[in-house]
Amino acid sequence: MTNGFRSSMLISLRMSLRNIAKTFLGIGTGLALGLLVAWFAGESPFHVLKILLTSAFGSSYSFGMTLFYAVPLIFTGIAVAIPYRAGLFNIGAEGQLTIGSICSVLFCVAFPDLGTPWAIPLAAIAAFAGGALWGGLVGWLKARRGSHEVITTIMLNFIGAALASYIALYWIKDPMTQDVESIRIAPQYFLKAWNFLEGAPIGWVVAFAVLACLVLDWVLHFGSFGYSLKAVGSNERASELAGIRKEKIWIQSMALGGGFAGLVGLVTVLGHAHRYKIGLSADFGFMGIAVALVARGRILNVLWSALLFAALQKGAGDLEIETDTLTRDLVYWIQGLIILGVAAESMWDGLFHFIRKVIHQIRRGRATS
Amino acid sequence: MQIIDYIFSAWFFPVLRVSAPLMFAALGGLWCERSGVIQIGLEGFMNVGAFAAACVALSTHNPWLGWLAGMAAGLVLASIYGVSVIRFKSNQIVAGMAINILAIGIPPSFSVWLFESTSSTPQLPVEATFSVAPLWILLVVVVLSAWFFSNGAWGLRMIFAGEHPEALESSGVSVTWKRWQGVWIAGILAGCAGATLSLYLSSSYSRSMSAGRGFIALAALILGRWRPIPTVFACLLFGVTEILQTRLQGVVIWGTEPVPVQWIQMLPYAITIFVLAGFVGRAKAPKALGTSSAN
Repeated sequence: MTNGFRSSMLISLRMSLRNIAKTFLGIGTGLALGLLVAWFAGESPFHVLKILLTSAFGSSYSFGMTLFYAVPLIFTGIAVAIPYRAGLFNIGAEGQLTIGSICSVLFCVAFPDLGTPWAIPLAAIAAFAGGALWGGLVGWLKARRGSHEVITTIMLNFIGAALASYIALYWIKDPMTQDVESIRIAPQYFLKAWNFLEGAPIGWVVAFAVLACLVLDWVLHFGSFGYSLKAVGSNERASELAGIRKEKIWIQSMALGGGFAGLVGLVTVLGHAHRYKIGLSADFGFMGIAVALVARGRILNVLWSALLFAALQKGAGDLEIETDTLTRDLVYWIQGLIILGVAAESMWDGLFHFIRKVIHQIRRGRATS
Repeated sequence: MQIIDYIFSAWFFPVLRVSAPLMFAALGGLWCERSGVIQIGLEGFMNVGAFAAACVALSTHNPWLGWLAGMAAGLVLASIYGVSVIRFKSNQIVAGMAINILAIGIPPSFSVWLFESTSSTPQLPVEATFSVAPLWILLVVVVLSAWFFSNGAWGLRMIFAGEHPEALESSGVSVTWKRWQGVWIAGILAGCAGATLSLYLSSSYSRSMSAGRGFIALAALILGRWRPIPTVFACLLFGVTEILQTRLQGVVIWGTEPVPVQWIQMLPYAITIFVLAGFVGRAKAPKALGTSSAN
């Protein structure tokens, strides 16, 4: 009994070590290929790496800006990772965060005189609710009508962008500008930035995001909801026999994920722009897919995975200034290649298999000689 | 007679023009998905194809060479996708998104090197653009697709690779090879779609030129239920909504306010969701879509 338990623990340890190795190999390969592109463009890869690192972590302000990108990516990473555990692909975080942002702005504009203790939490709930609605709709369409979530989320991204523009233009338009911009929200809704970050617009929401990750990871590991998610995600038929209704789990996981995507509005609207406008999100929703993939769907890993992609995003800005031939677009290469590298599971399995075979042959060679 | 003239000049040709890239991409995606490989990378293939076509047409002043370059660029990117999903069995949706992200970065990186600008290529001279030829190529592609879909062993085998890969494998045809063909066709045709954008609909490449058309093409092929002729009509429908967007700017239909552009922008996507939800008859995907190769 204990022996069996121990060996099963050993196997799972070996599996997770293997997964970690695969992830790092994938990231390393993607980064190396991206730097190779930089080398072809005539820049030294080490120089580029140094620019990326100093630009992301070089000063308090730089680090603050990295965090400013990281927190939305944590939220969208969660938004992709939760449904992913239930076997669903949430390509729609971009639309969910757009609807969440416009909902929080609507709330702030609707209640301009709300007092300080309630203003920010209620605006956050509005953002969460908007995203949850947009995500839950996808789950509902899948559960009730059998529509594939990948297509509906892509469609809802476009619909969400148009809907948010419509609301900003026709309901809460800023009369001072011709662009798609809403009026400014009242100052009691503003999130304070941390002073030691020297002007980077990010504050306690960092702690909130980290806490959310820790709590979610714990809940999904030990709670019954997490168990149901995993059951539906790994074997629909078996979970049904165990009495778990997959339709319910689909709707719940998409709504929960969408809600977290909606929380991106905390950073972009309440923390930074103080209004809705086009271009609030730097493709956070799409990057969330990469973040969740590199984290292998584990919420705790979303933290460092989001930090990696945020550092790349922040680092990109200085490439144009510091080099002659590169632009910030190099980062799209690196990000795409990292995703391809991490996704190529069977390539790494093949590599491990090959290494084991070589080691085996060497050992046998020694034994016979 | 005037009404017929009006229909042709104000509706038929403009709609055909804007639907042409959608049709190329959607038919490419159709063959790819029929062979069992999900294709959400059409957007990326189009973007890179449009850029390559504009570059080559600019330097050679020959639109046909530009067209070939667009096809080749789509083919190269599709091959990367193929290696990832067929050879290494990566998740097809994830790899498709990766291709799309990669394809945002490729054109500006080259254009800053070639033209010292990340936003667009210089304007093409008139002799380097097409006046009508892409429509004829499109006609050939549509006819061939429709023909192969219902006649001949090649199309039947492609469809079987997506429906019953085991059956195809046991009849001695390689499923892997069929899927490679599907991915390549998607790359080539989406490259054509990109070339149509930069050499026919406009006369230069501008940043992220495909602007979601790859995803609309995907929606069209689902709306057309993975069949060539209905897919072509779905593309035409989306073309009509695109033309409507410009025609309805500031037009009052009811009340006193003009119709908001945003509502018309939502239309194609909303229609797709409705169809997908089975409110207008259910769409059925190839059975083995998204599964790794059977071998």
